[in-house]
Amino acid sequence: MNLGKRKNANRIFHGILVCCILFSILMLAVLFIDTFKKGLPYLNVKFLTNYTSRFASKAGIKAAIFGSLWIIVFTIIIAFPLGVCGAIYLEEYASKNKLNDLIKVNISNLAGVPSIVYGILGLAIFVRALGFGRTIISGAITMALLILPIIIVASQEAIKTVPHNLKEASYALGATKWETIREVILPYSMPGILTGTILAVSRAIGEAAPLVVVGGAAAIWFTPQTPFDEFTTLPLQIFTWATMPQREFQGVAAAGIIVLLIVLIFINLTAILLRNKYQDRIKV
Amino acid sequence: MNGINIKNNKKNANKSDILRNIRIKKVKEKIIKNLLFGFGMVSVLITVAIFITLFSESVLFFQHIPILDFLTGTKWTPLFKPQHFGVLPLISGTFLIVIFSSIISIPIGLLSAIYLSEYAHKKVRKIVKPVIEVLAGIPSIVYGYFALNTITPFIRKIFPEASIYNALSASIAVGVMTIPMVLSLSEDSMKAVPNSLREGAYALGLTKLEVVYGVVIPAAFSGIVASFILAISRAIGETMIVALAAGSTPKLTLNPLESIQTMTGFIVQISQGDVVQGSIEAQSLFAVAMLLFVITLSMNLLSRYIVNRFKEDY
Repeated sequence: MNLGKRKNANRIFHGILVCCILFSILMLAVLFIDTFKKGLPYLNVKFLTNYTSRFASKAGIKAAIFGSLWIIVFTIIIAFPLGVCGAIYLEEYASKNKLNDLIKVNISNLAGVPSIVYGILGLAIFVRALGFGRTIISGAITMALLILPIIIVASQEAIKTVPHNLKEASYALGATKWETIREVILPYSMPGILTGTILAVSRAIGEAAPLVVVGGAAAIWFTPQTPFDEFTTLPLQIFTWATMPQREFQGVAAAGIIVLLIVLIFINLTAILLRNKYQDRIKV
Repeated sequence: MNGINIKNNKKNANKSDILRNIRIKKVKEKIIKNLLFGFGMVSVLITVAIFITLFSESVLFFQHIPILDFLTGTKWTPLFKPQHFGVLPLISGTFLIVIFSSIISIPIGLLSAIYLSEYAHKKVRKIVKPVIEVLAGIPSIVYGYFALNTITPFIRKIFPEASIYNALSASIAVGVMTIPMVLSLSEDSMKAVPNSLREGAYALGLTKLEVVYGVVIPAAFSGIVASFILAISRAIGETMIVALAAGSTPKLTLNPLESIQTMTGFIVQISQGDVVQGSIEAQSLFAVAMLLFVITLSMNLLSRYIVNRFKEDY
C-alpha cells in the first residue's frame, strides 16, 4: 500500500474511534435528559414527604429515603471495620504463604460474584437460618458482605501508599507494629480508605438486586423505627413503580431516579473533593 | 553499703517493670495479630457460606429433578402445571443478553480505550475518561428504566414486531453499562506497553493505526481479553435491567426482539412472588443461583488465568 492510502486508513480509523467515544457520551446524555424530562413533572416537595400510594399523583418516596438511610448506616457500621481490619492484616501482617494467597485470590473472586447471589445468601442465612426475617438488619448485613471486597481492595491500595521510611522511623523509635499501624499507617492512609469506602457505599445505595431477594417490601407506609422493621429503599421503590401497570407510574419512577441520582452525585463529589484535598500531601 | 543496695533494688524493680511492660505489649501484639487474621478470614467465610448455602439447597432440588434433566431440559415452567424444570431456556435467554450486549460493549469499549490510550490529547483524555466512567457509576435499576422507557420505544419504531419486553433493549442497556469496564481494563493494559516499543515502530515509518494493531494490541492482548471476559461475566450476572426490560417468558429462542427470561430474571420473579418456602419452586431458585455462581466464578478464574499466563513483562 502506498503512503497516502495508509495515512487515509489511519484518518478513517481515528474518525471511527471518535464516534465510539461520542456514542458513550450520547447515551449518557440521552439517559439523563430523557429521565429528567419524564420525572420532573412529578418531582416536588410532596413527592419527598409522602409515602407511596395507589395514585401516581400522590405517590411519594419518604419511606424509601428513610429505608435507604437505615440500610446504609448499618452497612457502613458492619463493612467498614471488617474491611479496614482485613486490609491491615493483608498488607501489614500476612506473610507469603498458601493461606494468605488463598485469601487474596478469594477477595478478587468475591468482587466478581453477581450481586443477586449475595441476595440468595442473605435470604438463606440472615432471613431464614438466623431468623431476622425480611428486615433492615438482614438487608444491611447482605449489603455489607457485598461491598466488603471493594472496601478491602481500596483500603489495601491506600495502605500501600504509606511511605516506607515513615514506618521505619516509627519502628526505630521503639514503637510496636500495632502502635505503628495506629499512629502512622492509619492516619496517613485514612483519606484513601474513606474515598474507597464512600465509592463502595454509593454502589450499595444504588444496588437493588440483593434486596429484592432478601425481601424489601413493595409498599411501606411508615418510616422504620428499629433495625428489625421492614423496609424499602430508593432503588427498590423505583423498581416497584417501574413494574406497575399504570402508565403514570413510569413518571413517578423517573422522579425517584432523579432523587437517587442526586444523592449519588452528591456522594461522589464528596469522594472526589476528599481525594483532591489529600492528593497533594507532602511525599516523604 | 546500704545506700547502694537500695539503689540496686530500685534499678531491679525498674528493670522488671520494663520487662513486664514489654511482655504485656508482646502479648497484646499477638492478640491483635490474631484478631486481624480473623477479620481477614471473613472473606473466605463468605465464600464458604455461599457454597454451602447454594449446594445444600440445590441438593434438595436435585433429589426431585435429576440433574441431567435440569441441564438438558428445554421447558422451564416452575410456576404452573405441568411443572418443567429444564434450565436451557433460561440459559439461552442469558446467552442472548450476553451476545447482544457484547456486540456493543466489546468493540466500543476497546476502540474507546485505543482512542484514549493512543490518539487522544492529554487534555481531552482528562475530560472524556471521567465522563465515560460516570456510566459505570449509574445504578443498574436506572439502566433498566432507561431500557424500558427510552430504548424499547425506539426499537419498536424500527421493528414494529418487537414485543414490549425484549432481549435487545435490555442487551443494549447492559452493553452501555459494561463499556467502561472494557474500556478501563484494556486501557490500563495498553498504557502498560512501554513507549520504546511504539517508538521503535514509528521509527520504521508506521502510521498510528499500524502501530496500534501491529504493536500495542498484541502487547496488551492478555489484558484486553481479560476485560472482555469480565464484561461478559458481568452481563451474565446483571439483574435489574433484565428483570425490568427483558420480560419473564422463558423460551428457547435466538430472536432478540422477543420477550425472554434470564437466570437472574427468574430469581427476581420467584423472589417477588409468594412461593412457599421448602417447595420445589423455591428450591429451584437455589439450583439456578448455583448454576449462575458456577458460571461467573469460572469466567472470573479464566480471566485471571489468562492475565497471569499470557502477561508480557517488559
